[in-house]
Amino acid sequence: MALPDGSREINGVYIGDLLSWVMGRAQMDNAWITIMSNVNVIAVASLADTSCVILAEGVEMTEDLVQTACEKDVNILRISQPAYETALLLSQLIS
Amino acid sequence: MSDPLVFHFDVDGENFTSAGQASTQVKKNLRQIGLSPDIIRRVSIAMYEGEINMVIHASGGVADVTVTEEYVEIVLKDKGPGIESVERAMQEGFSTATDSIRSLGFGAGMGLPNMRRYTDSMEIDTVVGVGTTITMRVNL
Repeated sequence: MALPDGSREINGVYIGDLLSWVMGRAQMDNAWITIMSNVNVIAVASLADTSCVILAEGVEMTEDLVQTACEKDVNILRISQPAYETALLLSQLIS
Repeated sequence: MSDPLVFHFDVDGENFTSAGQASTQVKKNLRQIGLSPDIIRRVSIAMYEGEINMVIHASGGVADVTVTEEYVEIVLKDKGPGIESVERAMQEGFSTATDSIRSLGFGAGMGLPNMRRYTDSMEIDTVVGVGTTITMRVNL
């Protein structure tokens, strides 16, 4: 986990792995749940202005990924549960 | 009226992992100017999609961003293969990206549609075998 911009709030959730699809549909301040873990994810999260990236299903978070996230002020977390269960958890937290 | 601000970037076509550097820098610059988060987001997304396209399809190119009191203009110019059918390229889901590009999460066929979705105007000037220039504007 790395939270270089830890004061951000989550207003909803977006789930998706196709980066352009996420760019087009995710809303600002959404938590973005994905199983994609290449560094382009960080650029997408930064430019689409999501509040954080959550790597679901225990996807590996590489050192490179964390470093890029810190450089670009993108919050990144990792969870062992699948996307749906993660979204349910977030729903409880933000409702 | 103050002079427009102009930013110029070379988009490196070789380095896929660093794609988005120009867009990220523009985002920072627009923040410093004090534009609204919504405008910054729209410009950033449209420019990033264009930047990715230049890296995937055209071995890079150049990007020029101009900020006036009325609009932000993004001009992306490459010497790539050109677009055979703009009409088809504008359809959501149409893509000519390779499997290796798709495995990174790109190539969903949403690039150009997203660029249009997030800008107020978009013009595509393309010649097969010569290159493509895309001009987009987001009104302030």
